[in-house]
Amino acid sequence: MYPSRFRYEAPRSLDEAIGTLRDGGDYAKILAGGQSLVPMMKLRFASPELIVDINNVPGLDYHRADADGTLRVGALTRHADLEWSPLLKASQPTMAAAAPMIADPLVRNRGTLVGSLCHADPQGDWAAVMISLGASVVAQGPRGRRAIPVADFVTGPFENALEHDEIAVEAVVPPAQGTRAGGYLKLERRVGDFATCGVAVALEISAAGEVIRAGIGLTGVGGATINATQAAAALSGKALTPEAIEAAAELTAQAAQPRTDHRGSAEYKRHMVRTFAARILGAAAPGGTGPATTTERAA
Amino acid sequence: MTAVYDDLGDEATSDIPVRRIRFTINGAKKIAEIEPRLLLSHLIRRGVGLTGTHMGCDTTNCGACTVLVDGKPVKSCTMLAVQVDGREVTTVEGLASASELHPLQEGFREEHGLQCGFCTPGMMMAAKGLLDRNPNPTEEDVRWALSGNLCRCTGYQNIVKSVLWAAEKQRARTPGAE
Amino acid sequence: MTSKALDEIKIGGLGSSRKRVEDDRFIRGKGNYLDDVTLPGMLHMEILRSPLPHARIKSIDTSKAWEIPGVHLVMTGEMMATRNLAWMPTLSYDTQAVLATDKVRFQGQEVACVIADDPYIAKDACEAIEVDYEPLPVIINPEQAQADGAPIIRDDKDGQASNVIYDWEVGDQAATGRAFAQADVVSKLELHYPRSHPSPIECCGSVADFNRATSKLTVYMTTQAPHIIRAAVAMVAELPEHLIRIVSPDIGGGFGNKVPVYPGYVMSILASILLERPVKWIEDKTGNLISTGFARDVYLKGEMALRRDGKILAVRMHTDADHGAFFSDAQPSKFKIGLMHSAFAAYDIPAAHLTARGVYTNKAPGGVAYRCSFRVTEAMFFQERMIQEAANDLGMDQAAFRRINFVADHDFPHRTPFGFLTDSGQYAKCLDVGLKAIDYDKFREEQKEARKRGRLLGLGISTMTEPLGAGNSREYDILGIKMFDSADLKVHMTGKALLRTGAKSQGQGHETTWAQIVAHELGIPAADVTVEEGDTDTAPFGMGTYASRSTPVAGAAVAMVSRKIRAKARKLAAHLLEVSEEDIEWELGRFYVRSAPGRGVTIQECAMAAYSNMPDGMEPGLENTAYYDPPNLTWPFAVYIATVEVDPVTGVWDVLKMVAVDDCGVRINPMIVEGQIMGGLTEAYAMASMQFITFDADGNCVGSNYMDYLLPSAWETPGFELHSEVVTPCPHHPLGAKGIGECAAVGGPAAFVNAVMDALGGTGVRNIDMPLLPDRVWEALTNRHDVSGAPPIRQD
Repeated sequence: MYPSRFRYEAPRSLDEAIGTLRDGGDYAKILAGGQSLVPMMKLRFASPELIVDINNVPGLDYHRADADGTLRVGALTRHADLEWSPLLKASQPTMAAAAPMIADPLVRNRGTLVGSLCHADPQGDWAAVMISLGASVVAQGPRGRRAIPVADFVTGPFENALEHDEIAVEAVVPPAQGTRAGGYLKLERRVGDFATCGVAVALEISAAGEVIRAGIGLTGVGGATINATQAAAALSGKALTPEAIEAAAELTAQAAQPRTDHRGSAEYKRHMVRTFAARILGAAAPGGTGPATTTERAA
Repeated sequence: MTAVYDDLGDEATSDIPVRRIRFTINGAKKIAEIEPRLLLSHLIRRGVGLTGTHMGCDTTNCGACTVLVDGKPVKSCTMLAVQVDGREVTTVEGLASASELHPLQEGFREEHGLQCGFCTPGMMMAAKGLLDRNPNPTEEDVRWALSGNLCRCTGYQNIVKSVLWAAEKQRARTPGAE
Repeated sequence: MTSKALDEIKIGGLGSSRKRVEDDRFIRGKGNYLDDVTLPGMLHMEILRSPLPHARIKSIDTSKAWEIPGVHLVMTGEMMATRNLAWMPTLSYDTQAVLATDKVRFQGQEVACVIADDPYIAKDACEAIEVDYEPLPVIINPEQAQADGAPIIRDDKDGQASNVIYDWEVGDQAATGRAFAQADVVSKLELHYPRSHPSPIECCGSVADFNRATSKLTVYMTTQAPHIIRAAVAMVAELPEHLIRIVSPDIGGGFGNKVPVYPGYVMSILASILLERPVKWIEDKTGNLISTGFARDVYLKGEMALRRDGKILAVRMHTDADHGAFFSDAQPSKFKIGLMHSAFAAYDIPAAHLTARGVYTNKAPGGVAYRCSFRVTEAMFFQERMIQEAANDLGMDQAAFRRINFVADHDFPHRTPFGFLTDSGQYAKCLDVGLKAIDYDKFREEQKEARKRGRLLGLGISTMTEPLGAGNSREYDILGIKMFDSADLKVHMTGKALLRTGAKSQGQGHETTWAQIVAHELGIPAADVTVEEGDTDTAPFGMGTYASRSTPVAGAAVAMVSRKIRAKARKLAAHLLEVSEEDIEWELGRFYVRSAPGRGVTIQECAMAAYSNMPDGMEPGLENTAYYDPPNLTWPFAVYIATVEVDPVTGVWDVLKMVAVDDCGVRINPMIVEGQIMGGLTEAYAMASMQFITFDADGNCVGSNYMDYLLPSAWETPGFELHSEVVTPCPHHPLGAKGIGECAAVGGPAAFVNAVMDALGGTGVRNIDMPLLPDRVWEALTNRHDVSGAPPIRQD
């Protein structure tokens, strides 16, 4: 319940923050929302030597769409901002479905999307969502800015592609080529629980009803967030017919690498991945119920 | 203010980082000198001496420690105290005015929304966050907004009623809110 | 003339849903919980716990911890042993390690502690302690405990050659055997009631304050039973009892967790004695869940002998109880398996036999009565699961089968086959109320229709009576102390009053309810009565609050002491009215002359006279104490009916409706009673759906924090519909009240589980162990077999 000792810096600009990280020694951590980091520090699973708190850095608290539809989410945008965002509700069904499923309402008031991606917890929801959308993380460091696709950004459980003096400043979702559809379904045992499994599906659908682009990300069923590329590819160019949905759901289930544990058997988790994929795709199909989310009592 | 410590030699104390912060709590301006590792909940309880904010778990699940930071309900056990430098904190002790209780406080008493009372301050602060955002919530809205706060006594039914009671009272008080 | 009696509801008497007085401080954040206690010069204690479930301690090096600035004391088992405090006696006549000396026997066991200026520093120092362990084979269930060649966990005990703690039996084996020989149908069931934890939101803690100058030890402590703690401290620490003061401040929920004596309390007391400074220990949630009083963890199997027409002829039960590393059950009965044999008390069953075995395992000790009288929850759960399966085996309707076998209203008092005496009830009437509320026949129709469309609806009934309010003193004691309780009432000269009892509220609202009993008995408005509890220097000796015993025992004592006061007031009234006592009548708040009802004096006038105008020879003052030893337990009855829908694809299930019919006799404060029922139903839902502690094959505890020990939030918790139409007063309680705090937690789980099992009807699945997690329901549905929840968990 009591964190170890650390040094603390609260820089007022990105440059200052990057400088602090550069000079800060080996074990520095960036504090944004802190809703994963602080609990780990309290349990002493993490004992960083230096905390660089970026909450006083101006200009990182935004989410907005560019003229071409590119969505940008700043590093200090809280989950709650996204949960209540009219912009997301209107234009990003997969993100809008996922935002209310992150942790609990109080944690959502602090935690950030970009921070979740950096934390790279295989049971974290946002990575699957952002992978399904083909999103990138923009990192800024002494050598400038670079964009890293989320699929490459998450390098393993609790590991990301940032250099020690880089800060993830923004997540970027590319514009859609058609109409967006999709959703996020998560099996959790209670509000605030980590995902037993979760499936994010992002679709871009043409006026003719064909899938132009699909992305499918899986939460909690592997050593890291899974990018179900084959399942997504199988949907490309197809209408959301029952056959196409079934085939894609099966490929999604095959992409999962679940383990049997106290949350359920590998068999069950794989079955749930298949079920969720089919349910999201079914809801997105003509005559479906629209973006699927798990905000009803039952999954 | 006076503080007396055991003299442990210069070496022992020199590497303890201490920071000075200024913050507002329940309208009162404060200055504190703290170690950065101090949790906000401990600053409130042990530093300021406001013990209405309780701590119930180690893992950011129970919400007993919920306070408002710049108007938003957060779990104060999961924020560092240094992070409220320049910010405004409201605790359960800041709900009532000198002359009257907050509608939420009345609502919890009227609808038997508490038993042991340990989760109650956190529940009320989370509910305040909801009512500030949505003065006319449904039962579903209340249950959703309180889903980060655990109660072991009441079964929540009366807590939900308490919040709805308060919402109604607040709306009646604020002409044109309906 | 019309009566001048006071309006009982207006003065907050019996039956008034008076708003709670304790709320005034809680809603302002002005409660005084343990962690709010701060004393001058106070130090802070943190505990180092074992990461291993079973290991020999080769060495403990505390030198680096001592070097940390701000550390005052580092204690190990070795140091405790020099004071004969490394081990302490348990409430079940076993011993428990305070700090481990020879080996650790469960994950999370206390190995060392540090006392420092600040808890952050104490934690730093705990991390600096180096312990060298030699791992030993691990046992996490009774089967492993009894296997050939199993390591002996309690090798510290002379003559302990196995891991078996006891074998115990009750009932009539021969008669039961004869009944089974006559049976048309024998129905069987086997299940595991999982390990659970009461888990109040506030953890345990203590502030020990030993004053060398006065030799007085004051301990502020999260305890449901301060007087028992005083007695235990006197015995364990060998301190004179008059120099021990236990103060139980506001308690953030107990549910049985805060009955036992825990090692942390003992350590903080010794540390305060050694350092001569106050020492505060606040347990963290992991410490609470991993080491303190768990509940349940019982394997039950049984069979029921049935006649074709639905009559139950006999029941046979066996239980294997996993007690963890030390037999430290906190229970007051003389029965090894608590009140397990209260099972089937609601049914008229001629013969029954129960055998029980208890074993040691490498798990936390301290079985507690988690929102129940000890083991009643397991008993009633097994009972109602068995009843459902038996009715199914007979092809009978669930409600009809129960009705056939209920003890009839005219059969009270009724002796159960296990020897309990139930005294009152209207079981069939309660069931009717419940069936009507759930619209039973209509639901059965809907269920059939839904089935045709592939939807799985289910309805589960749980009907039970349970023994509440230990004890009577013949059969119930704690360390020999009889299970009575007490009340002390001081009526001031202005008619205001101070009431103290030996109970201790943890949210039950005693400050409100006790005053209502005084108002009922004396006509002193409840608002004029202050209630105090929890300080052994001022409260009369009592046994505390657990097992729903407050109203049955302490509440009765409040009524009895009020009656003593009224008896004296009557004499004062006669004196004031200048008539003989025999000519005086009482109505609420007032004595009057029978022949001239207009002539009277109020209770307040009598109180003034007790200090200013008493008759010659009368002792001044209006104060008294009552100790109440109940003649029997109280036996409330309850019907819980849940309807659910199971998603056949995912195994996720939802509660459609939950109806509760509780007959707990006379309700003193209906609002508070309903609050207790809703709380109990929520814990029932929790146990049925998500809440349990389990272990992996290596003995690692899964469920040692709220990320894995799941308590439902407002979002998951269903709504409840409560019914209070049926009132059968308890014949032996002075107010006719029965216990209520735990009924719903005891009887509720079976309603949810029976509902899900009913939804799975036709699949051949007989049992899924709680909690009914979606994956378990799905597995049962998919593979058409029972699903066990017994540890170890399955893992890749």
